[in-house]
Amino acid sequence: MSTTIPAAPPQKVAEAGKTTRFRLTDRARKERNLGWMLAGPAFFVMVAVTGYPILNALWLSMFDYRLTDPAGRDFIGLGNYLTILTDGLFWRQFGVTSLITVVTVSVELVLGFGLAMVMHRALYLRTALRTAILVPYGIITVVSAYAWAYAFSNTYGFVNGIFGLGEFDWFGGTWSALAAVCVAEIWKTTPFMSLLLLAGLAQIPDDYLEAAKVDGATAWQRVKRVILPNMKAAIMVALLFRTLDAFRVFDTVFIMTAGSQNTETLSFLAYRQTISRVMVGLGSAVSVILAILVVLIAVMFVKVFKTDLSQQRGDRK
Amino acid sequence: MHMRRSAAALLLVASGLAGCGGGDGGSNSLTYYIADAAQEDVATRCATESGGAYAFNIQRLPNTAAGGREQLLRRLAAEDRSMDIVSVDPPFMAEFANAGFLRPFTNAERQEFSDGILAGPLEQSTFRDTLYSAPLYGNTQLLWYRKSVLQKAGVDPAAGPVTWDQLIEGATKAGVTVAAQGRRNESLMVWVNALIASAGGSILAEGSENLPSDQVKGGIDTEAGAEAARIMHDLAVSPAAPAGFSTAGEEDSRAAFQEADGGFMVNWPYVWAAMDSAIEEGSLPANFKDDVGWTTYPRVAAGTEAASPSGGLGLSISSFSRKQELAVEATRCLASAQSQKEFMLTAGNPAALGAVFDDPEVREKFPMAEEIRTGLDAATPRPVSPYYGDVTGVIQTAFHPPDALSPDTTPRAANSLLEDVLRNKRLI
Repeated sequence: MSTTIPAAPPQKVAEAGKTTRFRLTDRARKERNLGWMLAGPAFFVMVAVTGYPILNALWLSMFDYRLTDPAGRDFIGLGNYLTILTDGLFWRQFGVTSLITVVTVSVELVLGFGLAMVMHRALYLRTALRTAILVPYGIITVVSAYAWAYAFSNTYGFVNGIFGLGEFDWFGGTWSALAAVCVAEIWKTTPFMSLLLLAGLAQIPDDYLEAAKVDGATAWQRVKRVILPNMKAAIMVALLFRTLDAFRVFDTVFIMTAGSQNTETLSFLAYRQTISRVMVGLGSAVSVILAILVVLIAVMFVKVFKTDLSQQRGDRK
Repeated sequence: MHMRRSAAALLLVASGLAGCGGGDGGSNSLTYYIADAAQEDVATRCATESGGAYAFNIQRLPNTAAGGREQLLRRLAAEDRSMDIVSVDPPFMAEFANAGFLRPFTNAERQEFSDGILAGPLEQSTFRDTLYSAPLYGNTQLLWYRKSVLQKAGVDPAAGPVTWDQLIEGATKAGVTVAAQGRRNESLMVWVNALIASAGGSILAEGSENLPSDQVKGGIDTEAGAEAARIMHDLAVSPAAPAGFSTAGEEDSRAAFQEADGGFMVNWPYVWAAMDSAIEEGSLPANFKDDVGWTTYPRVAAGTEAASPSGGLGLSISSFSRKQELAVEATRCLASAQSQKEFMLTAGNPAALGAVFDDPEVREKFPMAEEIRTGLDAATPRPVSPYYGDVTGVIQTAFHPPDALSPDTTPRAANSLLEDVLRNKRLI
């Protein structure tokens, strides 16, 4: 699938007295040109539709600018950032977002691993099983959020009925509301996690496991000593993708609690400033901060945990 | 296969593009943003009656007040020329008018559209002494009660407006609930505004309505604000609060009122028609409405006025419309007495024109017509402010959840949050 251009070997030019340099062969150069011709237009379109809004957001974030009051537009430099970073609300929502991220991603990792094992090992009805497991991921987030909001409702929901909780109001308190949000998120995205893990699982040669078995390793030892170490790359990539996603959580919270009971997340903060209050400058600043945080998470995974993104694409050498 | 797929993609793109510019239709087609499905029936009749002078391209706004506001705001701010007539929830009108999004009605038109309109709906359609909306309907909340619980609760609406304290105490004694909207959305703002107004205060300090955002002063850190916080807290923590009080909107309130332990409820008059539907569906006993009574909205203390909440809908013309004169012409029919009557009968929302309440058909369907008319005349609109979006956002943040409010701290916190947010010093 991936036809990476083979890195051309450095040409032996040393005897000519020149410094050793990477020089492309004619073929490689032509392939590179072809690559640009094929991908170039898409690349420029992407830059235009993503690059421009990003730069525009950076520019707007320096203004005190309310859309309904264009005359009152003032350049305030980094004032918006100062307002945001010194406001307790931002830090509280940062905490809520982090909490949702940590809880959902860790539960999803465990559940997703279990489901991946089931999908990998299933002998019968493999296709049906895989399809069934993937169904929640195919449902639009807003729809699944409504479904769970109804499920947890204290008037017509089934959750209270099953657990005998009477008229317990899940959305009436911070912790119970966050729990409901996390359940909805986990239900929705565990299949994605398991899909990524399944790819990693499929890469482990059966020989390894058989050898371990012959050597007398128990099931748990095989998981711990053979499967997990060999899946590390896949696990890290799955964690990275889900963490980035989870950190931007919005739809589920918006539908289930509308941000009440202190369940607002950082995306919600950006939404409220930009869309509800039409404070375009302040909202842009929140978005920029959110984007920086997402980049930081990605950098942390790649640099600190040494996640190798190429592993996921099967480009191992 | 490939060809067919790309052809399908092209078609999709083309229809998408057509959707963007399509609002225009023919030269006499007016794009009409409606907030209630029943507006479409009225529009169809008006288009037919116009004899081809105009036709409507109907667009439906989101169901929630906040959702409708956001969509209008976004489109109007982008100077969307495909919008002609928009349905504006009155509290949001000032914000749009101040930004220059709405076409002011001329003096002659103002005369015409305000003739016979009740005081509440008229007040909220006017900003800086200019009419920006033709009132289509007015709305006010009433206190609904189950006649069978009155005696046990020791509450007598016939003796004049009841107070919130009487209600809470009486309902607790009778073992029934008092349903109000504690949900964090616009309905919470409606409640807070009614409480503060009834206690003699106002959310924005007097004279603040025309000031730029960094000079606006709040009026919440007052006795009135404290009374509002106290009553909301007392109800929320009392046994009379229905389950899920802090997340209950209008429909949840109606559900609680229809329960076996339902006793009292503050809500809009649509509930009367909604109960009919519930009876038809069989989810309520046929004689349920025999037990339902209504009276003026509760007041804060015996000596104060009841400040009934005011709602409704106005029709405004977009400043960016290219068919403004035609839109005014169409509005004459859309907001006419006949249209308002039809709208009241089908959607259950009260007319803004006083005369409609004298109609025999309306009288028959709305036995509480007189109370609604009185309520509309005395209704207290939410603050008329170009920064209303921030004002309601702050109230919804500071006065929620109701069971955590305190008369000692809530008013001050709410007031400083309001002023800081308007000065771009804090976030909501």
